[in-house]
Amino acid sequence: MDFPDNLSCPVPILSHDTVQLAHGAGGKLSNEMIDKIFLPRFLNSTLEKMEDQAVLDNPGGRIAFSTDTFVVDPIFFPGGDIGDLAINGTVNDIAMSGAIPRYLSVGFILEEGLAFETLHRIVLSMEQAAKFAGVQIVAGDTKVVNRGSCDKLFINTSGFGFVPDNVNISASNLELGDKIILSGTLADHGMAVMTTREGLSFQSTVESDTAALNHLVQDMLGVSSNIHALRDPTRGGLATSLNEFAASSNVGIQLYRDTLPVKENVRGACEILGIDPLYVANEGKLVAIVPPDVADEMLNTMRDNDYGKAASIIGEVTDKHPGIVALQTGLGANRIVDMPVGEQLPRIC
Amino acid sequence: MKYLDEFRDPVVAKKILDEIHVVTTQPWVIMEICGGQTHSIIRNGIDQVLPKEIELVHGPGCPVCVTPLEIIDRAIEIAGRPDVIFTSFGDMLRVPGSHKDLFMVRSEGGDVRTVFSPLESLKIARENPDKEVVFFAVGFETTAPGNAMAIAQAAKEGLTNFSELVSHVLVPPAMEALLSSPSNRVQGYLAAGHVCTVMGWDEYDPIAKKYEVPIVITGFEPMDVLDGILHTVKQLEAGTYKVENRYARIVEQGGNQAAQALIKDVFEIANRKWRGIGEIPASGFKIRKKYASYDAELKFSVGDIRTEEPEACISGVILQGLKKPHDCPAFGKECTPQNPLGATMVSSEGACAAYYKYQRILDK
Repeated sequence: MDFPDNLSCPVPILSHDTVQLAHGAGGKLSNEMIDKIFLPRFLNSTLEKMEDQAVLDNPGGRIAFSTDTFVVDPIFFPGGDIGDLAINGTVNDIAMSGAIPRYLSVGFILEEGLAFETLHRIVLSMEQAAKFAGVQIVAGDTKVVNRGSCDKLFINTSGFGFVPDNVNISASNLELGDKIILSGTLADHGMAVMTTREGLSFQSTVESDTAALNHLVQDMLGVSSNIHALRDPTRGGLATSLNEFAASSNVGIQLYRDTLPVKENVRGACEILGIDPLYVANEGKLVAIVPPDVADEMLNTMRDNDYGKAASIIGEVTDKHPGIVALQTGLGANRIVDMPVGEQLPRIC
Repeated sequence: MKYLDEFRDPVVAKKILDEIHVVTTQPWVIMEICGGQTHSIIRNGIDQVLPKEIELVHGPGCPVCVTPLEIIDRAIEIAGRPDVIFTSFGDMLRVPGSHKDLFMVRSEGGDVRTVFSPLESLKIARENPDKEVVFFAVGFETTAPGNAMAIAQAAKEGLTNFSELVSHVLVPPAMEALLSSPSNRVQGYLAAGHVCTVMGWDEYDPIAKKYEVPIVITGFEPMDVLDGILHTVKQLEAGTYKVENRYARIVEQGGNQAAQALIKDVFEIANRKWRGIGEIPASGFKIRKKYASYDAELKFSVGDIRTEEPEACISGVILQGLKKPHDCPAFGKECTPQNPLGATMVSSEGACAAYYKYQRILDK
């Protein structure tokens, strides 16, 4: 296993190289793991108190609360790992309400025998992700299960943030004529995981796009607080998010095909496996529904942010075919972009 | 992307389309054999922009769709055994058998794995000498060389824990069966480009002559399909019936000789049942006697499992091009991709699934 970054932060010396059942038993070994692996990386004034709960200030107003559990296989993939994915995933779910994410809890389920070296590397990546997003980890829990009862480690993160007063973002807010803005390329994360898992290699590595999008959302709210809807299209991809919008608002969505951006190597992977990038998970992209009069300024502001550089307007809200997402084909025909059924399966030929 | 974008160029595609409109003077029924072409036609909306005189009917070239129910039931029986690792291409896992599909076998504890190549199954067999590793070898001539190679390689290595459950079918006998049916409506064929890549096109000449139908070999991108339709229509309008290769960037007349030699070594021609169509003589492959120890049907004695097709589903007549998915009373109601009554609703290459996915409501 290579350590491309954080060489300045070697694995702490513990009495064991690997996680033992006793590390989850609440005794001396548990404390050693918390003190050496978790606390130094997640430390803040709340966590430091080591109480059974975090007691936090309430600034008033509305709270956005979310939870997500991460079981990705492999736990390391090009562009990220299960650690930064777990932070960014919950941060993004909170941020898609327009809220500023503030506090997270982290729950680990560790498989007996997991190398501390691996755990340490993941915790470091969580530390960096939390720092970038500007969130504090204020509560945590660790359980160790028998070998075979989980696959290396699972992570749950829950968290909340505060929604600005004048912001009201919801999947049911779409209005006729609204523009649909996508913040960047499609399918990077899903294809990075799939190509790693299947051992497929390409001339240039397919990298996950895992990233926290809360700063991008705040930049967008700076242009206008009148964003109608926001989603980060993770599992099920863009097609699923747009179908949810169309159903919740009972409007049609029309996509202009030629503008759907997919990186060249990602497209190659999708072609080989017979997979449609519209249905593949993203972990650092958002789709925004905005009124037409703010669309261009919103787009320009997004392009100034590192995570919105490749943003583009990909479609609009229409009164035709309510509840349906349709896409213009190169030949000028119109086809449905349906909700996926289960996972996409590579085709025989 | 090189070798793809130039065959998806909407400007060039529009030119071919315009030419099709110019040369078409009367109604024609053309069948695309291959499910990959069906998928491309529906996905790109080619059927929506063709002259109304041209009717495309969707052929039986979807391996998932034509694999008979009893083979699925045999697969499920084998996959459920505790000593077996059952490996398959992804889209076979969701095909419903009589009572369950392979995903359900997996959730019940069966070791069912998706692979991208039968050689991957061989690797699993090498790594798990105490398990029986079975590969679900379905498909047309396209997948036959790889599946033959896995058996030849296993024999060479002396691997005894690898076998294949074979349900291989062949395109030309199915084309003939459709043409000789009294209810046939097909006047011209788009032949499947990748099948011809392996087999060449010599076997199509007698069919074109005997039934007086033009057969145009083409690919899968929108421009390939449109170009294939254009040249079929040109022949139909001129009253000619030749085999024409419009996929010359990949297909050669003699096909891939090395692949054919492999197929011949491992497989022999056999009668095969086609789901929805029934048994067609000499329409598939079975494993030769000398490789009998790699035949999962013999190894696990599942040959006795025989199943009748459910009656509600009209996938049989859809696979023969006699009806369209919309004509089925169950389409989109009792029968959906979540709850498919027949195989044409399962695979993305199946006509029913393609219609459901892309054209369910817009064309009302």
